Amino acid sequence: MKPAERGGNGQPKIGVYVCHCGTNIAATVDVEAVRSYAEGLPGVKVARAYKYMCSDPGQELIKEDIRANGLERVVVASCSPNLHEATFRRATAEGGINPYYFHMVNIREQDSWVHADMAAATRKANDLMRAAVHRVRFHKPLERARVSISPAVMVVGGGIAGIHAALTMANAGKHVYLVEREPSIGGHMAQFDKTFPTLDCAACILTPKMTEVRSNPNITLWTMAEVDRVDGYVGAFRVTVRHKPRFIVEDACVGCMECIEACVFQRGKFPDEFNFGLNMRKPVYIPFPQAVPQVVVIDQEACIEFRTGRCKKTCVEVCADRNAIDFTQTETFDTVEVGAVILATGFKTFDPKRTPSYGYGVYPNVYTAMELERLVNSSGPTEGHVTLRDGRTPETVGILHCIGSRDVNTNEYCSRVCCMYSLKLAHLVKEKTGAEIYNFYIDIRAPGKGMEEFYNRVAEEGVHFIRGKVADVYPEAGNTGRVILQAEDTLLGRVRKIPVDMVVLATGLEPQADVEAVRRTFNITCAGGGFFMERHPKLAPVSTFTDGIFLAGACQGPKDIPDTVAQAGAAAAEALALVDRGYVEMEPTTAYVMREECSGCKTCIPLCPYTAITRVDGKAEINPVLCKGCGTCVAACPSGSIRQNLFEDEEIYEEILGVLAHA
Amino acid sequence: MPEPTEKPQESAADGWEPKIVAFFCNWCTYLAADLAGTSRMKYAPNARVIRVMCSGRVDPQFVMEAFANGAEGVLVGGCHFGDCHYQSGNHKALRRFRLLQRVLMGMGIEKERIRIEWISAAEADKLRDVMNDMVARLKALGPLHLEVPAEGFPEVADLAEVTA
Repeated sequence: MKPAERGGNGQPKIGVYVCHCGTNIAATVDVEAVRSYAEGLPGVKVARAYKYMCSDPGQELIKEDIRANGLERVVVASCSPNLHEATFRRATAEGGINPYYFHMVNIREQDSWVHADMAAATRKANDLMRAAVHRVRFHKPLERARVSISPAVMVVGGGIAGIHAALTMANAGKHVYLVEREPSIGGHMAQFDKTFPTLDCAACILTPKMTEVRSNPNITLWTMAEVDRVDGYVGAFRVTVRHKPRFIVEDACVGCMECIEACVFQRGKFPDEFNFGLNMRKPVYIPFPQAVPQVVVIDQEACIEFRTGRCKKTCVEVCADRNAIDFTQTETFDTVEVGAVILATGFKTFDPKRTPSYGYGVYPNVYTAMELERLVNSSGPTEGHVTLRDGRTPETVGILHCIGSRDVNTNEYCSRVCCMYSLKLAHLVKEKTGAEIYNFYIDIRAPGKGMEEFYNRVAEEGVHFIRGKVADVYPEAGNTGRVILQAEDTLLGRVRKIPVDMVVLATGLEPQADVEAVRRTFNITCAGGGFFMERHPKLAPVSTFTDGIFLAGACQGPKDIPDTVAQAGAAAAEALALVDRGYVEMEPTTAYVMREECSGCKTCIPLCPYTAITRVDGKAEINPVLCKGCGTCVAACPSGSIRQNLFEDEEIYEEILGVLAHA
Repeated sequence: MPEPTEKPQESAADGWEPKIVAFFCNWCTYLAADLAGTSRMKYAPNARVIRVMCSGRVDPQFVMEAFANGAEGVLVGGCHFGDCHYQSGNHKALRRFRLLQRVLMGMGIEKERIRIEWISAAEADKLRDVMNDMVARLKALGPLHLEVPAEGFPEVADLAEVTA
């Protein structure tokens, strides 16, 4: 620093601001004590306390002091830097000095909110304040480099969340790569019959959006594809996508399905995944009638040609003019560059075999809600007739809520949608069969538009509600095929045993089985329950801690279709805001080499995960565009010749001395 | 608020409190500490957190410096393996840590005084437990008395006397 810039005694002039945050800080930390303590620290010219530093008048204090008192450094003790570091850096810059002449002290999240003893919390605030004042003297002016953004975006997952996000961005003129691992887009919503509380037919509202995806020229739809790896950073992600073989030339297939008819299997022999194995399909099949793309797929595990190599290949014969069947297809890879990624990877339903007391997989007439969803659907395995596995129509049905939800043995959280879909299924089954329906619930959770009204409607239709968890499911004596549901009715205060023909388990929502792998691929975090973690639960609900990666739908947590669509729109808007600006500003916290001190030992080179370090003319050189600023090479350099902006050795040493000094 | 100028007292019974310097990575453990705050969890107020971008940035000299200047414990917090925001910085941190711990033990600093923990952004409860547990262990150990007061490294000329 030039001597002219310094305050008295060669020290830069420091301004210190302590925030009350209403009573959030002031109730546990003696704010005035911290302020007066800070005032006595070397170099501090101004020390103020203010009710809300993040408010406009609070920020104005900083700007005014920089202008009027010639402050050269600013320290604010308030909340977490993750919340307001950017705010105060901006205020510092608007005051007229470099924004990196600012340092923030976290006395809320990591002090006042986590300690009860005021003396100890105040002492801690003083220590942290002293460290910041020590440190900030060594700050250097830094610039944020601008890097241009690739205008394309990627959406991972083709359920309703991914579809909506992709369409929103495509309609804004952005090129969207939509990656779906199943043979068709549509996700769980395509499997639903009706949607609560309006009883819209799910297919009727989803199918138009699915075909729009197919026809939109701005969308590249890749089904049977998964993201293999992600390189790069916000604005320039290089995503490698693995295409699994479909054994069908997608562009040649017109979806006539004659090959399915011609298959050497006379009838289906393999469980139909779309209908949860309630019916059988052939090795060549189309996932469901409205599938997008309208292209068949060959199941390699089932197809005789793959198993023996001696099939008559009648499918190939009937497709002779189009020649769409290709048994030689293998995995292929595509790498594309995108500016932002929206993850819409959805959820899986809880596997009720994990709670064996409900008899799923033991008693044939115990179903999951998703299976019942297919049974009531007119394009489902029974063409919409609710029938049991033995062909009977159930006269009594028990719907068990909270299977795999609100239970410390499985998942502690509420899955949010099960109450409402249980009511919907109760209504649909009653409408179709006239059966007596018993809902066993803990609480009915019906918040939101039209939900409570729907609950009342279903109750008025004569569906029974029993408040109590089913403790046991066992067969009725005398081979009736019925099972007895035993539960304590907590409103009546006595145990009830109700024989039913059909049991439906309202299974909860869980993160996808491979959520960990996906999380690592995209370098994001999972929160409690295993769902992807948002940047801030209230203020940044679709962003993640990795810039340029956004979340939509149930991959972030259980939610219903309206919330999913709203969130997908929000994620699309955030991604558009990022991509449309055309550039990103990179944090300047990169590492750099003091060339004259570098001995060229090459210790640092293998440490860098981004290959940002190379050896040029016998010395290390760091490419600032590739460097992400972890500082691992800085810590490892034997001669101390690598430094990191904003985390310089002397800055950290000053912080250490600062927190430990007793004067 | 008077400045705590009085000399640190000698045992837990006298109100002595161990001082911990904590280096938390920006992406996991620092966020866990923020989450503990948002969740209003309560834990011992002994640690002073220094934020670094990655646990891989923690230079062994930082730890030495902390002990030399009166820290009774040093805690390094990073992401779980496989979760590192920078892919593998936590591996590098652990590699250094193992060696450093042995060096420090050779200097008479007990193993419990330096600790490395992998705490994800969602594990606020783990952060609270680690903080409380470390304070309890340090209280059981008592204050750190370094045998040789750290006053910087002797000059080569002074070393000649020692070797003579």
